Amino acid sequence: MNYSDLLVQGLVEGCIYALIAVGLTLVYGLLRILHIAHAGIFTLGAYVGLLLTNETGSFAAAFVITVVAVGFFGMAFYRLFYEPLLDKPPHVALIASIGLFVAMEEIYRIVFGATSISFLAPPLKETVEVAGVRLEEGRIVVVILAVVLIGGLAVLAGRTRIGIAWRATVSDAAMAESFGIDLARVRYINFFVASALAAAAGIMVALLLNQVIPTMGGVPAYKALAIIVLGGLGNVKGTLIAALALGVIESFGTIYLDDVLDRDAIAFAFLIAVLMIRPQGLFSRR
Amino acid sequence: MYEISLLTVMCFSVIFALSLNLITGFCGQISLGHAAFYGIGAYTAALFTTDGGSFWLALPLAMAVAGFFGFIVGFASLRVRHDFLAITTMGVGFLFTGFVRQQEFLGGEEGIAGIPDPGIGQIPYMLLCAVLAAAVIAFSLYVKRSWMGHAFDAIATDEDTARTLGIDVARYKLTAFVFGTALAGLAGALFAHYVKFVEVESFDFIESISVLAMVIVGGIGSVWGVVVAAAFLSVMPLLLQVFADFKLLFYGVLLFAVMYFAPGGIDSLMRMLWRRISGRRTAG
Repeated sequence: MNYSDLLVQGLVEGCIYALIAVGLTLVYGLLRILHIAHAGIFTLGAYVGLLLTNETGSFAAAFVITVVAVGFFGMAFYRLFYEPLLDKPPHVALIASIGLFVAMEEIYRIVFGATSISFLAPPLKETVEVAGVRLEEGRIVVVILAVVLIGGLAVLAGRTRIGIAWRATVSDAAMAESFGIDLARVRYINFFVASALAAAAGIMVALLLNQVIPTMGGVPAYKALAIIVLGGLGNVKGTLIAALALGVIESFGTIYLDDVLDRDAIAFAFLIAVLMIRPQGLFSRR
Repeated sequence: MYEISLLTVMCFSVIFALSLNLITGFCGQISLGHAAFYGIGAYTAALFTTDGGSFWLALPLAMAVAGFFGFIVGFASLRVRHDFLAITTMGVGFLFTGFVRQQEFLGGEEGIAGIPDPGIGQIPYMLLCAVLAAAVIAFSLYVKRSWMGHAFDAIATDEDTARTLGIDVARYKLTAFVFGTALAGLAGALFAHYVKFVEVESFDFIESISVLAMVIVGGIGSVWGVVVAAAFLSVMPLLLQVFADFKLLFYGVLLFAVMYFAPGGIDSLMRMLWRRISGRRTAG
């Protein structure tokens, strides 16, 4: 493997991490909740997307339906589980979220079985050559999705009324409310967007690995947690940079660090190293 | 005998849960990677006795090594707080499993088999675990009432205020981490010599969450609540097959339900019950 291959692979991984981590950081930015169960929503997206593709035969249709449906699921999830906990001390929501995540994984195991499920006819598996690097179509789609969805989000946050309401709520919820912003609506939209992004990432990971298992949310989601901390909790730009950086570091790390640490531990080694030097994350506003 | 093994499991689980209670309960430092120290203790003891070392020396050695690593991780708690610390300690757990998996001398994925029997028979081993568990309970109760316990409590309630009051926050946090992780190491060594086999899966994130569940269900910071919860939750999978099959579902639902309905856990429920029975309106 040469350097450009490693770099491109790393960036593709980084795009997947970004899709997961941006949702997490949105939730944290707004509610100060470490939404561990985000990983469960990611896995739900993977299952629904895969089963719908196998059922309908169209990956594109399945993708769109899944992303929207899981987005609404995320809203319901917030309403049922997080809203009643908002006034309690911060560790309450954190621990409740861990409980929810563990329970979700177990429910997937009971409903879909412990063995993996695959696509009947895996889509987007052709390889094409881009700038001298051979890539699967699926990986290119991941990059396009990340750019379009997160870019769209930036436009939404910067240019629209709801985006302005969202930013106002993030910086001072009480003040925003006194200016007539409907906080509940902002939070619902927040969870819709975060969950939809996680679902998109879930389907793409399912596609690239061509399998879905109940515990697939674990590792990428824990890494997403490391990423949002690195990015300075709640900071979307920092999260994006941290996601891409981690993808690349891991990609090179598997070649050079494999004797010492396995791939999945690299993220946390990186995280701990950074936090010891900059406890507020790489890109904190404060 | 079946009852003997149940009691043994119960005793080292109580030690393990109380060790986390020292850090998360007393001192308020949330840890999502406590199983790593359980693992460090288990691996240290396993390596030592399979190499011909004495079981009795393995116990303090496991405590020392786990406590040493706990001391290092304790420094992380001086740098980062709250949610940052939760993720950092979770990272410590992943670092531990990620490191062990790649190391041949630790058995890698296969783990270490053939750990020698302590050679004292099943019942004395259970009694040993029970005596140590009783000692850890006594130690916890003592710490809770000591000056140190009050300092821990102040840090858990409001670290900045505690610092303003002249409490040496750094020293107490490190102390909590060293005591807590050393006791986790002890529990790990007892576990390793009970199952005679260690593998990395026994010390992963799920295990960290399981022990956290014991502390949460018992009531964060409550010694007796945690003892009851640990004793109960550790033997449930052995007693009921349904619980073993759906252990994580139970743990998950339990964690959520406790946080949702009774964030004080068993401890606060018992107090509420006691107040109702004794007819007092307010607690003294």
